[in-house]
Order: sequence, then C-alpha cells, then structure tokens
Amino acid sequence: MSLLEVKNLKVRVEDNEILHGLTLTVNPGEVHAIMGPNGSGKSTLSHVIAGKPGYDVTDGEILFRGEDLLEMEPDERAAKGVFLAFQYPVEIPGVTTWNFLHTALNAQRKARGESQLSSPEFLKKVREVAKSLNIPQDMLKRGVNVGFSGGEKKRNEILQMALFEPAVCILDEMDSGLDIDALRIAADGVNALRSPERAMVVITHYQRLLNYIIPDFVHVMSKGRVVKSGGKDLALELEASGYTQFEDAA
Amino acid sequence: MNLVLAKNETGRALSDSFAIARGRLPGAGKVAEARSVAFEAYERAGLPHRRIEDWKYTDLRALMRELLPLAPAPDAAALTRAATAVKLQAVKGARRLVLVDGVFAPKLSELGGLENGVTVRTLQEVLEAGDAALQTQLFTPDDTNPMVALNSAMMTDGVVIEIANGIVLKQPLQIIHVASGPVPAAMFTRSLLRLGKDAGATLVESYIAADGAKIYQAHDSLVLAIGDNSRLDHVRLVEDGREAFNISSAVVTLGAHAHFNTFGLTSGAAVSRYQATIAFAGEHSRVETNGVNLLNGRQHADTTLLMDHAVPHCASREVFRAVADDRGHSVFQGRIIVRPDAQKTDAKMMTRALLLSDDAEADNKPELEIFADDVTCGHGATTGALDESLLFYLRARGLSEKEAQALLIQAFVGEAIESIVNDHLRELAIAAAQRWLEARA
Ligand SMILES: Nc1ncnc2c1ncn2[C@@H]1O[C@H](COP(=O)(O)OP(=O)(O)OP(=O)(O)O)[C@@H](O)[C@H]1O
Ligand SMILES: [Mg+2]
Repeated sequence: MSLLEVKNLKVRVEDNEILHGLTLTVNPGEVHAIMGPNGSGKSTLSHVIAGKPGYDVTDGEILFRGEDLLEMEPDERAAKGVFLAFQYPVEIPGVTTWNFLHTALNAQRKARGESQLSSPEFLKKVREVAKSLNIPQDMLKRGVNVGFSGGEKKRNEILQMALFEPAVCILDEMDSGLDIDALRIAADGVNALRSPERAMVVITHYQRLLNYIIPDFVHVMSKGRVVKSGGKDLALELEASGYTQFEDAA
Repeated sequence: MNLVLAKNETGRALSDSFAIARGRLPGAGKVAEARSVAFEAYERAGLPHRRIEDWKYTDLRALMRELLPLAPAPDAAALTRAATAVKLQAVKGARRLVLVDGVFAPKLSELGGLENGVTVRTLQEVLEAGDAALQTQLFTPDDTNPMVALNSAMMTDGVVIEIANGIVLKQPLQIIHVASGPVPAAMFTRSLLRLGKDAGATLVESYIAADGAKIYQAHDSLVLAIGDNSRLDHVRLVEDGREAFNISSAVVTLGAHAHFNTFGLTSGAAVSRYQATIAFAGEHSRVETNGVNLLNGRQHADTTLLMDHAVPHCASREVFRAVADDRGHSVFQGRIIVRPDAQKTDAKMMTRALLLSDDAEADNKPELEIFADDVTCGHGATTGALDESLLFYLRARGLSEKEAQALLIQAFVGEAIESIVNDHLRELAIAAAQRWLEARA
C-alpha cells in the first residue's frame, strides 16, 4: 500500500482555487522532490497534508496508509506519522523549546498508546539528537524559535523530525536560509532518517540540496498542478532551462 | 428611585442581620462604636451598583443581590471537612493559620517554633483585649467604600501578626480561608501583618472551599504595614468554590527603602473583587504587583488597584494578565496617583487580556493622575485571542487543541508569574494555574 496518496486534489483559499487537481503517490522508502516557481502551490499542498485550517478542499482525496487523512485533526495526523517541516516556522515566546518538544513527543506517544517519557528519559534522547545535528543545548532552553536565526529555525525543524521519527516527512524549503555547512549537517540529518519504511517529500528551489539528498523522483509543479515528473536528472534540466517551458503546459 | 428601593430592601435585611449578629461580634467600647459607625456608612450606600463609577463593571446588586446570614461558628463536622481541604492546599514548610467559616481554627493551624519577636494573635483577641493603637490600625481601611465598611462592621475573626524590627522569617506564613459547608452563609474576616524595620516575611493567602460547599460569601480584608528597609513577599490564591463570592480589600503602606512583591491569582469563585490600596509613605521603596485571572463558565473577577505615590523616589510595577473563556468576565481597574511631592516616581502598568471565546469579556480601566512633573509613568493594555498560526504549529506537532491552548495560556500568564521573586511562591502560582488548565482539559 502507498504511504501517501494525493488524488486529484482541488483546494481553494477564500475564492481562489490554488490546487487544480493534483496527484502524487509516495511509497515507503522513496524520496520525492517537488520543485516549481514561486506561488505554484507547494506550501499550500504541504499545509493541506498537515491539516492547516483555512483551506477548502473541493475535490479529490488524500490517503495515508489507505486512511482518509482529511478526516483527521492535525494532531492525529502528527501522531500517525505525518510531519511537516515548515517553510516559515513560527516563534512561540514563553514556551521553552525543550518543554514544547517534551509535551509534543509525549502527546504523540499517548495518542499511539505508548508510554510517556519522563524528563530524564526525554533529556537523554533530545540531547543525543541535538548533538548529531550540531544544535547547541542552549537553543533548547530558549523560547521556541524566539530570536533564532533563519538557519537555526530550520535546524530546529530537522531536530523535531529526528525526534518524532515520522513516517512521511514533508520538508518545505528546508534549505532556504541555511549556509553551506548548516545545509550539509541538515541534509546528513535527513539522510540518517532515510529508511525503507519512511518517505520524504522535499520541496526546494535549488538543485544543490538534491546533491545532498538524492531523490528517487522529481516533480515539477506549476500553477497548482504537477506538470512533469521524472528522475533526479530532471532537477538538473530545470537548473539549466528554468520553468518557463512549463508555464504554457499548466 | 431604584436606588432608594434597593437600599431599603437590602438595608432592612442587613439591619436585622447586624442586630442578630451583634452579640457575636468581638469588641466593646471604641470597637463597638467603630462598628456602628461603619455599619451606618454601609447602610447609607447599600450594595454597590454600576452607577457608582468604581463599581461600574462589578454591579454587586445584580451579581450578589443580597447578603447572606453570618456563618455559624464551625462545629466538629465542619472542622473535619475543612481539615481535608486544607491538606490539599497547605504549603509545605509554612506556618499555617486556618480560618474556617471566618473563625480561627487552632486545631487546623500550625504555628510551632515561632521566632522570638513574632507574635500571632486572633483578631477576636485583639478586638477584645488588644491595645488601642493596634485596634485603631485595624480600622484603617477606608469605610467610604461600602464593602470595606461592611467588613469593618461585621468582622468576626482573622489573624494579627506582628514582626519586630530585624526579624526575617525563614518560613512562609500561610493564611487559609476555608468555607466548610453547604449552608449558604457569609463570613467576615480581617487580618493584619505588621513588619517592623529591617524585617522580612513571606505571606500566602489561600481561599478555598471544602467538598460540598455551595453558595457562600467570603468578605475579607487585610492590613499590611511594611516598615523601613523591610520586605514582604505576598501571594494570594483565590480558589474558592464555583458558586462563591469573594470580596476582599487590602490596605498596604510602605516605609522607606521597603520592598513589596505581591501576586494574585484568581481561578475560583463565581464573583470576586480584590480592591487594594498601596501607599508609599517613605522614599526609595518599590512595589511589584502582578496578577492573573483564569476564568471560564460565567465567572466574574475584578481587580481594582490604587497605587498611591505620595513621596519621591519610589517605583511601582503592575503586570496583569487575564484569560477568559466561555462567558468569563475579567475586570482590571488600575489607578496611579502621583502626588505633587512625589518627584522621580517611576510607575508602570501593563495589562493584557486573552479571550478564548466570543462571549468572554475583559474590561480594563487605567487611570493616571499625575501631579508631579519629574516622573516616569506609563501604562499599556492589549486584548486579543490566541494566535491561530501558533496553535496550528503546536497541533501539527501532536498537541490536541486543549493541550496547544494550555501551552500558550501558560506562556501568556507566565510573564506575570515570572515576576514573583520568591521561587517557592512562584511554584505555588504555577501549580494553581496548572490546576485551572487541567480542570478545563
Ligand atoms: N491565505 C491565502 N489567501 C490568499 N491566497 C493565498 C493564501 N495562501 C496562499 N495563497 C496563494 O496561493 C498561491 C500558492 O501559494 P504557496 O505558498 O502554496 O506557493 P509556493 O509554491 O509555496 O511558493 P514559494 O515558492 O514562494 O514558497 C499563491 O498565489 C498565494 O498567493
Ligand atoms: Mg512555499
């Protein structure tokens, strides 16, 4: 069974249709890259998969392991293993990162009927993960993303992904704002999570990221549709020729 | 017309209850006279209503309607019920003073090993046999406020604590007000804490109900006198029963180089009002007064503060956070007076309200009256809902709607709670907020 199936998805925001019948099938173990011009609907797709309110799905469906994802609350989706690394992670003043991570992890575990992690158990786990991603302990004591640099916010998203061990990871422009070293560390973190059971959907504008995270499939999105799919070489083609060739197709 | 009518109705009922209660009220001579004067002052005004400016958001005629009869002194069964409730709220390591249905309960109190230089007596003792100066001090609250006048007339018991010069208490003092039972009744208490010079203390006031307590009215007042170079850390936790009324007043005076750090959290009672006057009588003193209201259902909670800067070089900070869900109604009235002599005053007030439902309400009334020219004063207020994008972020990480709200509410009230200097008191406040959050989950 496919892990994630998006079928003929049509989505409106207020009075504008943004996704016009999008189809995407992701199987366990696969890495998919989605590329496409600004405003083509990449973040919209990721938000609808994660369950963000404010989007009106007018047609199509999203199945996760065969279950209707659109029927589930966002937290239910998270507990079942859907993870979105946000393009623009929010700042939450007054909530320490480590309290947030502990609460979130235990909430997911509770929903899955697993035991709760005590503070020492959690600390041990989060320290290991933070270390592997080169994230200083200090960051965990600060408010969630408060005063974090753009790159630190992105690293915090990857940290969460590593901590929650989801089944499907959607990475929305994880490479934006990262310097070359940070990009490599983050990509190593993502690669370390690649497994035959887990799938990744990597949204990016730059072929460079795909040198680090090598995709099995590359999809080009334009104006709310997937207009072309291919192997990893498609990304190289795009780098050379740009998106204009697809504008008409869409 | 209404006014006269209401006054006659409530007035007569109360005259009767004052007459009936009189025999039970401690104090003869000057004390009894002062009570009569106070009672007349109350009778002239009756229960305050919305056309009195100071009470426009908290119309006791509409909310409270009538005064309940004076609670009988607690019997053995009442004390047993109260003891169970006290166990849950008692602060570890604190000296405990328990008032059950408005009467001091020695058996439930714990005062062992008091330092030399500290005396604790009941209000009853002091009104009956105390020295005149102390009795006069007990009558300092301003009887032009009708609810204070009523309290002056009817006060039955309380605690009177005196801490001599140079004494710094190591253990906190906790005054616990417990309503014991299901019979509707009113209790009237007044307490006093006097800190000499170079002294220090920590005071916790808790208002709770025993299991099964229903409608009751807790009328309380507190007189705090903080001497030169002394410091008082103070926390009030109003966790009364959901049908209760809590009408409390405080009068605080600070000497020179004194420090008062006070925090109030209201999550209980159907209707509550805390009215405090804090007056600087000596220079270079500092006050932080912070508060949190956590309300749901149809709860109404009013905090009305008067910060009186009468002398130069003093600083005051007011940080207030209100969270209202359902039809909860939070009121904050903060008045700052800077008198002509009070140059170099530094006074700030910041209130923020978080409304969790469309029917919730928060009223904020700041008033700055500044008569000196070389001062720094400011106030600010905001009202808003929880940020949807933050909620979604948390939910996308696995938190349920209530859990996500709880985390953001904790962060919101955290700013006021963080200003509690004493670690132990801060933990108490966090625990009280936690109880409210867990109850709504
Ligand atoms: N809340 C909204 N209200 C109105 N229009 C919206 C809203 N959200 C998104 N859109 C529109 O939908 C379109 C797709 O936006 P989306 O953010 O999904 O694009 P994207 O492919 O992620 O772009 P980028 O590469 O710049 O991140 C854009 O035209 C955007 O303006
Ligand atoms: Mg985007």
